[in-house]
Amino acid sequence: MQLITERREISSALFRFSAPIVSIAIALFVAGFLLLASGVNPLEAYREIIIESLGSMYGLSETLVKTTPLIFTGLAVSLAFRMQIWNIGAEGQIYMGAMAASGVALFSGIENHWLMMIAMFSAAFFCGGLWAGVAGFLRAKWRVNEVIVTLLMNYIAILLVDYLVYGPWKDPKGFNFPLTAQFTDAARLAEYFNTRLHSGFFLAIFCALVLYLFMERTVWGFEIKVIGSNPKAAQYAGMNTGLAIFMVLFLSGAIAGVAGFSEVAGLQHRLQHGISPGYGYTAIIIAWLANRSAIGVVIVSFLMGVLLVGGDSLQLLWQLPVAFVYAFQGLILFFLLASDFFIQYRVKLVRGGIHG
Amino acid sequence: MVEILLDATVRAGTPILFATLGAIINERAGIINLGIEGLMLIGALGGFAGTYLTGSLLTGVMAAFLCAFVAGAIHGFITVQLRGNQIVSGLALTMFGIGMTALFGKGMVGMTIEGFERIAIPGLSLLPVIGKPFFNQDWLIYFSFALVALIWLFFYRTRWGLAVRTLGENPAAADTCGVPVNLYRFLAVTIGSGIVGIGGAYLSLATTPMWIENMSAGRGWIAVALVIFASWSSPRALLGAYLFGGITAMQLRFQAMGTSVSAHILQMLPYFFTIVVLVVSTIRLQKGASQQPESLGLSYDREDRK
Repeated sequence: MQLITERREISSALFRFSAPIVSIAIALFVAGFLLLASGVNPLEAYREIIIESLGSMYGLSETLVKTTPLIFTGLAVSLAFRMQIWNIGAEGQIYMGAMAASGVALFSGIENHWLMMIAMFSAAFFCGGLWAGVAGFLRAKWRVNEVIVTLLMNYIAILLVDYLVYGPWKDPKGFNFPLTAQFTDAARLAEYFNTRLHSGFFLAIFCALVLYLFMERTVWGFEIKVIGSNPKAAQYAGMNTGLAIFMVLFLSGAIAGVAGFSEVAGLQHRLQHGISPGYGYTAIIIAWLANRSAIGVVIVSFLMGVLLVGGDSLQLLWQLPVAFVYAFQGLILFFLLASDFFIQYRVKLVRGGIHG
Repeated sequence: MVEILLDATVRAGTPILFATLGAIINERAGIINLGIEGLMLIGALGGFAGTYLTGSLLTGVMAAFLCAFVAGAIHGFITVQLRGNQIVSGLALTMFGIGMTALFGKGMVGMTIEGFERIAIPGLSLLPVIGKPFFNQDWLIYFSFALVALIWLFFYRTRWGLAVRTLGENPAAADTCGVPVNLYRFLAVTIGSGIVGIGGAYLSLATTPMWIENMSAGRGWIAVALVIFASWSSPRALLGAYLFGGITAMQLRFQAMGTSVSAHILQMLPYFFTIVVLVVSTIRLQKGASQQPESLGLSYDREDRK
């Protein structure tokens, strides 16, 4: 008797559809043991996560607040994934977008609300775009590994924001906390229902819609998909792959930069230390779980929003570190990768020996 | 002054050196491992816990190796046996490492241990300038010197080393010659991961003898970039790691001297230089004969063999 694997001729549609759900379920099961090991009853913990994030209007609004930056960054990462480009730097691009938007809000002196919003949005868009564009340029010109460049630039971006909020931009009336002065009303997005939910959320949904149409209905979207799935064919067809790589990373960074705009204009109303607790990293798993589709990104972002809001309450109740959510996300990815195997291969028990 | 700076260079470079060596073993066998950052944290916590519980530094180092070995086995199983995407699996390993160490390290925060003692090597440590920085150090640093030589000898002077290198270049050819591809690749990933873990242990046992959440602070990513600088060779990894040790040492020196430049700006230097070095070495690799293993990042399935 021997276990052998053989490639399926047609990948199983049932498996492919259920893989993300099954992966999350198994990850929940395994994470349960981690919770047990830290002295927390997993069933209670999971109940707590659901109640905190979905059980009340306030909880739901908080979940949507966390979903907002995740949609932006998830879209950013999945856009680059479409071309087999890895943007692991969404975290840094959020910081750069937030920095640019805050710079405009604090120092431009614009008083008209809409003018201010457009100026802040554009600053965040270009700053995030250029930040990722550096990696795009290096990749297009010399094939420098974009994973490492985008990742290392996260550390630089976070330190740059720290430099500003601990140094030249620090609020003189802020009791020495690492934050800037509060924005004026002109530089704030609208808030709804007496909650922290702000119009950044609708901007994110709109952005998903635009990106969906861009990918499915325009020539550029088509080129991105062709270059991603078959770079040789793209070259023969006369597509400028170098320019496309730069543009895609620029656009990807720009969308992540807008997440930074939405966070400072809609939620924080100032720039401060640690404005993103890792949305840019969560974005990677969102893009992978959503299989790069814009609609999928919105759905998975919501699920991750539930997890983040729930994770916060676990921290308050049982003093679990916030980073526990990372362990859980890592587990989901592991099981998702493993399930890919069963989508493509069939495992068989064979009697006797086989001839390779 | 030069001696002090060189000493700080070696001490700051050693964790990165172990991590780079571990990553080289992974990539030589054809598997990209982006989990280095997570593995360093797992090694740091495993090493600290091992030493804290037993009082022995040697046990700590072995625990670090073992913990990272086991965590690396997840990456190995997914990328080798299940032929999963190596980049995503590595990123998942980093997330997993950050989360797990935060969870299980919570109880270790604030504990202290006896760190390493310096052992002067008779004769060599009396050499001018380089004597003290290189030969009046702790035994883990001497072990790193030995490891650089051992890894080089393994890859270029043994049959097994040749087999592992072939896995990175052309696994189908290795398979034809009867090399157990999956087993060797799996072992390269796990043993390489274990060595990365020792680098993490150096942080929690020597650099600052305590456990701090997320204490690797991006060193794992610097190591991933240094593999390219090192052209997948262990002696060059030593050079690269000390280069970054040197930048860190200078940055700390500047801060201690109280310059007007912000500490945040100085802390950017290692990351900035890593990017510069990565760009320069990538261009250099493309001009000369590329040292990059030909099949790096590709899964191997015998059924696909042409």
